[in-house]
Amino acid sequence: MLNREIKSILEKSRKWGWVLEPDAQRILSLYGFKTPKFDVAATGSEAVAMARKIGYPVVAKIVSPDVVHKSDVKGVVVGIKDDETLIRTLARLSKIDGFAGMLIAEMVRGVELIIGAKNDFQFGPMVLLGMGGVGVEIYKDVSLRMAPLNTKDADHMIHGLGARKLLTGYRGSEPIHLNALKKTIVIFSRFMMDMQDVVESVDLNPVMCNAKSCIVADARIMLKK
Amino acid sequence: MNLKPLFEPKTMAVIGISASNDRHPANVIYDKNNHRYPVKVYAVNSRGGKLHNEMVYPRVAEIPAKIDLAVIATRAELVPDVMADCIAAGVKSATVISGGFSEGGRDDLQDRIVDMAREAGLPFIGPNCLGVYVPSRVDTFFLPIERMIKPEAGGVTFVSQSGGILVDHMIKFAQQGVGMAKAVSIGNKAFVREKELLAYLSHDPATKVIAYYIEGFGEGEGRAFVQAADVCAKPVVIMKSGKTAAGNRAVSSHTASLAGDYASFAAAVAQHNIIEAANENELVSFCEVLSSYTRPIEGRIGIITGSGGHGAMAVDACSLAGLAVPEFSDQTRTEIKNGLSESVRTIASLGNPADLTGSAVDDDFVACARVLAASPEIDCVVVLLLPYIPGVSLDIGVRLSSVRRQSGKPFIAYVPHVEKYNMLIEGFELNGIPASSSIEGAVLMAKALARRSSC
Repeated sequence: MLNREIKSILEKSRKWGWVLEPDAQRILSLYGFKTPKFDVAATGSEAVAMARKIGYPVVAKIVSPDVVHKSDVKGVVVGIKDDETLIRTLARLSKIDGFAGMLIAEMVRGVELIIGAKNDFQFGPMVLLGMGGVGVEIYKDVSLRMAPLNTKDADHMIHGLGARKLLTGYRGSEPIHLNALKKTIVIFSRFMMDMQDVVESVDLNPVMCNAKSCIVADARIMLKK
Repeated sequence: MNLKPLFEPKTMAVIGISASNDRHPANVIYDKNNHRYPVKVYAVNSRGGKLHNEMVYPRVAEIPAKIDLAVIATRAELVPDVMADCIAAGVKSATVISGGFSEGGRDDLQDRIVDMAREAGLPFIGPNCLGVYVPSRVDTFFLPIERMIKPEAGGVTFVSQSGGILVDHMIKFAQQGVGMAKAVSIGNKAFVREKELLAYLSHDPATKVIAYYIEGFGEGEGRAFVQAADVCAKPVVIMKSGKTAAGNRAVSSHTASLAGDYASFAAAVAQHNIIEAANENELVSFCEVLSSYTRPIEGRIGIITGSGGHGAMAVDACSLAGLAVPEFSDQTRTEIKNGLSESVRTIASLGNPADLTGSAVDDDFVACARVLAASPEIDCVVVLLLPYIPGVSLDIGVRLSSVRRQSGKPFIAYVPHVEKYNMLIEGFELNGIPASSSIEGAVLMAKALARRSSC
């Protein structure tokens, strides 16, 4: 169910046609997804205080209603280890169009997956699972299924991935927490059913999956026009 | 929505009869049904008069009988008035043959007749369609009777958005010896659509397999359809066109570009226990086998062949189709060997495929088939039957069918389809073993049985 806060964020975002990342993260965490610790800073001193509280290393990202694809404007910096780099990063990001703050989040590690969905004209919400990162549209290693989904559906989707071995432990790598992944997929499909009247498409990319959990490290929520 | 009067009409009005043109669609429909099918046919034209000495009624209301099915073939602009007449006269169903509605930009006209029909509860097929063909019952196709090729009565019902594709497949079904229960051309599918037909056909005793040719669904219609198909006890087969059109729209997210229209279609369909046929050959093969066998298989195929090359081709096709061709155990091999004739025993190779060689006779095929029919190692038998092998007789199909019947395991045959071999082919098909005209086709049939269970 969508609570009042989620609804008010969606209402506020309508003018941009999409939901800014801090707002998207807030919506997801309210809905029950695991998200990284994060905060948004406008000044250097704020940034430093926040990063110290979260704990280095951190990732810094541009927050701007003009920037849907953050990496296209070099708006994402990962692995920031000290105050100096952080302040330098803020100085650079603040020059990007529409700068509305810098999001600082804890670094999460794991296998990068994409969990996405689009509102299909004929079939309604369709959920996608794939190996994430920038290569997602090159390899096209994805599973697709109509929402809502149960755990068995989620299992089918994982088995439909060519690279599923990377999830279950390959050449000494640690297997990811498959039940956490399935749970994330199931919650996401329910989220899409709840959001189908307002949302056009959603990318959770990347979702970082490791042996302990699956964390939504970035989210793009595109609203219906 | 009661569709029975549409498929089993006792009385029928053909509206839009021409006084001067015998090739007018309405006249063709009138002629082909009148005195040929167990349905009383009435001609209607607002001008009245006579057609070949039979009465032409000016309006449906003047026909001295309740009409089960009205076939409307007037100009599009006249259809709303005709439909109003039909509703007033208590007509139970209709098919609107006329074109000139949303396909020609006249959404307004189409919306009008839909609103009228919905309010009155008058189910209609079309507009812009051929309507329905039910063997020995009714035929609203405006194709002259001498031009049509009609398959025998059987278990396949084919519902098509395109009339042309439908008629083409009737030819293909006839060629392949696949019987049809109904053929339905739904055209613009303004009112009765795939889902309503599914609901009716799932309870239609004549229909064993429900096949669709689909170009696209309306908003949310695909979702409702696949969910209904999922709980339908009968196999549903879909052939889709328009798979590539919308791929290159500019999209703002990864998911939207990866989950294109066709990708979503294929995924939603497969997820709901619907079998998608990639092309016409698959469609015909799938329909044939699914109307013969209702029980799904896991997909462990035993192959019997009279030629090593055919066996190898079949194994390749199986592995492409995701079917297993497990090697027979020593015990199974010994059992097969013990049943073979002396001369074949020494030269046959029995790994799987069981290659009985060109020296094999009927008895060898039957003996091998008996062992495989009983073996738990495989759950479907594909027989690659070469009628030119000297030891094979015309009885082979009949004899293998009786082995099949005793075991209950599905058998599928490949036999080259030329006129010379017809009696042999019918020996299979008339006794319940589908016979494909290609090795690949035979394997596709097995794939359809396996897919039915995989979801």
